[in-house]
Amino acid sequence: MGVNRRKFMKIAGVSVLGLGAVPAQVLAEDGLGFTISETLLHFFHKPAGTVAREALTAKRWGMAVNVRLLDDEMANACMEVCHRIHNVPKIDNPKHEVKWIWPDEFKHAFTSQEHEHIEEGLKKLPFLLMCNHCVNAPCCRVCPTQATFKRESDGIVLMDMHRCIGCRFCMAACPYGSRSFNWVDPRKYLKEEDENPEYPTRMKGVVEKCNFCAERLAKGKIPACVEICQEMAKKKGTEPPLVFGDVDDPDSELRQLLRSSYTLRRKPELGTSPNVFYVV
Amino acid sequence: MYDGGKIITGVVIGLALLTFPFWYNLGRAVTKADPKLPTKEKQCVEPKAYMKTKHMQLLDLWRDSTVRAAKRSYIGFNGVKYDMSLQNTCMSPDCHSKKTEFCDQCHNYTAVVPYCWDCHIPPKEEKPKEVKPKEE
Repeated sequence: MGVNRRKFMKIAGVSVLGLGAVPAQVLAEDGLGFTISETLLHFFHKPAGTVAREALTAKRWGMAVNVRLLDDEMANACMEVCHRIHNVPKIDNPKHEVKWIWPDEFKHAFTSQEHEHIEEGLKKLPFLLMCNHCVNAPCCRVCPTQATFKRESDGIVLMDMHRCIGCRFCMAACPYGSRSFNWVDPRKYLKEEDENPEYPTRMKGVVEKCNFCAERLAKGKIPACVEICQEMAKKKGTEPPLVFGDVDDPDSELRQLLRSSYTLRRKPELGTSPNVFYVV
Repeated sequence: MYDGGKIITGVVIGLALLTFPFWYNLGRAVTKADPKLPTKEKQCVEPKAYMKTKHMQLLDLWRDSTVRAAKRSYIGFNGVKYDMSLQNTCMSPDCHSKKTEFCDQCHNYTAVVPYCWDCHIPPKEEKPKEVKPKEE
């Protein structure tokens, strides 16, 4: 008996492999296609770069908002600077509006903790609301394309606009209303001279939200809202109302504040574990 | 052949319609793609041949690295460190400062419409013809 079934299968298998290798080699030599290693690299989406030395890094970024130190002027300045640098359009129609950070009243921010005899002062304070960058972010769980995801390196809940298909599952999942959908082309509401040329805009049909200034952290800068509040507080001679830091680092400024003050988180009963804390 | 006349006429009309793009464009030359290279910057992040054929894969890798892995520094083939950014590195004022003179040249020639510019802001260029009335 010359070739039994077992041997035939072996030869056939090796031959198929050989057939595949030849064209790949030819393509690579021509400089037209990809080498096998490049194809694999791209297939597995291996990150091509490194983290810059000047970048701010943490295990778990978080923020504390001291509402007693915050006034309307500061809250509006935060909103203004954030929306300007991130090319967030100002749309007057409330059904189409897009917002990353905005002030609201206590009764809207803390729906489950509100009652009719709440402290008078608290009622009037502006609560600065934004994405909570939750530890258990429901938006990331529901996203069908992983367009919104929790960055492993520092816990920021980010959006990959290249992947967003505009299904709005994340908007339904987010218990804080932190997300906005682009019902209209945002560029129609951005004046060309007001655009920040260093940051992209969005297109019609995608969802957007606060990104904890990930693009600024990469360059060693703190989030824009925290920065502007620090400047304004300095002029007034008060403590800065916004504190940004690493929740996982017991020595960080944020943790020191959390240790010494009573803080609230929005809707803690849902188990999302927000990383934005409110000192009341 | 039943209804031969009708069939032949139909075939002729059909063929004429199918080949319409060929004879309509007969003798017309499409302007050759002529991308202008930056004057200040002489070196791209990778060799020219690589960039010509694989810039789209490179940009794809860049966007995944920056957005998803928080890795924004790229070491070019010449050892220089670059910030992986379409708007701030590739299209910076010192490099490809005019989209119409670089990207659009080949993309228009080959009828490729990449959706980069749906969101990314191309560098400002003077529009010679259009005079915009100021809106209040």
